[in-house]
Amino acid sequence: MRFKAMTAIAGLLIAAGPMAFAGGADDDTLIINGEIEMISKTAAPAHLDDVFDEIVSGWHFRTDETQALEIDDFDNPAMLFVDQAIDAYDVVEGEAGESCASCHEGVENFAGLATAMPKVDADGKLVVMEDLINECRTERMQADEWKWSGNDMQSMAALISLQSRGMPMDVAIDGDAAPYWEQGKEMYYTRYGQLELSCANCHEQNYGNYIRADHLSQGQTNGFPTYRLKQAKLISKHNRFRGCIRDTRAETFAEGSDEFRALELYVASRGNGLSVETPAVRQ
Amino acid sequence: MKITMIALAAVMAAGAAQADDVAPGDVQFDEYGAVAASLSGTDGDPANGIKIMTSRAKGNCIACHEVTALQDTPFHGEVGPVLDGIGDYRSAEELRGIVANAKMTFEGSVMPAFYKTSGFIRPGNAYTGKAAKEEELTPILSAQEIEDVVAYLLTLKES
Repeated sequence: MRFKAMTAIAGLLIAAGPMAFAGGADDDTLIINGEIEMISKTAAPAHLDDVFDEIVSGWHFRTDETQALEIDDFDNPAMLFVDQAIDAYDVVEGEAGESCASCHEGVENFAGLATAMPKVDADGKLVVMEDLINECRTERMQADEWKWSGNDMQSMAALISLQSRGMPMDVAIDGDAAPYWEQGKEMYYTRYGQLELSCANCHEQNYGNYIRADHLSQGQTNGFPTYRLKQAKLISKHNRFRGCIRDTRAETFAEGSDEFRALELYVASRGNGLSVETPAVRQ
Repeated sequence: MKITMIALAAVMAAGAAQADDVAPGDVQFDEYGAVAASLSGTDGDPANGIKIMTSRAKGNCIACHEVTALQDTPFHGEVGPVLDGIGDYRSAEELRGIVANAKMTFEGSVMPAFYKTSGFIRPGNAYTGKAAKEEELTPILSAQEIEDVVAYLLTLKES
């Protein structure tokens, strides 16, 4: 009882205002390159009415030094990978003799796509950005698949998502998406592993609090693929999911599994309304 | 004789299960989640309790709880309540129950159970991300280690 009360008090303090609680979200404003005003805090989507008043980008939970790396593209280490993807976009690969540009022309044509991902495709299957990229590669280009969390894949996913930077996330959760969304929601609240921890235990009940030296965020995915300083490369959503579940002393799920696609949809929907921030920089 | 003593000490230091321990599945929690009987039958060692509480490989209690007396070890968390003075308002029986399996005292608590070996969802092989090899996992802390932590917590008095 006492424990629950403490958690509730911490939550109230965070909701009451920034800086009221030592570890809460900060009160900075996220503007990139001095011109792109990002929605990094906004009213929670309707499906989270009982949970949050406000949703907050993970940027607000990072140190000033880490935050600074994201606000100028010249300082953002992820842009080296984006540059590689700009080159790869025009490279002809595979039996069909095509590049990305052969069909899609300028990459700016992808503006808006990332706001709606994951989505249900024409066959009724839930697909994420990596699926779209690999489908193009294997079926249209007749080239080899890219490895899920490899640099090629995540750099291209970052380049395509960057075209939506600043636009609010808006994934569909109804219609064909509903059963996948329900599956992802159930996973979000499942207490996995020997430590019996769910996503919600840390990222819903305790965001803003420190767990050892880690400052817990809401676990939003609007900045993915994200450059993680700890790993010095672009990190996929599924890689981060895998790491979190592993750290509960659980048997995790595989990157590219249907389980993680469903979880990706649900977590993305918790960020509906936040700007696409890709490529974000985190600790 | 000497060799036996050293071997025994080594086993105890490693925190392995002892013959006299109450097995994780046999722990008797009362209706409030407290555990009356010592899990090991041996008095807890508060000095070892400190090591367990601050070690990432052991209890890592300070990952979630702040303890002013343990500030020599950095980065105390904020997920659970501050433990200062807990020896004033919690008994050994209550603390033993909370450390062994806090969910028996606080329903739905975020706190992991440190003396529980089964009933998990997708239990893993430690932090490898792979499936557990055994049906019954090794508890995160041994019976004696729980007693050591309880003994230390009882020293945290403010009055």
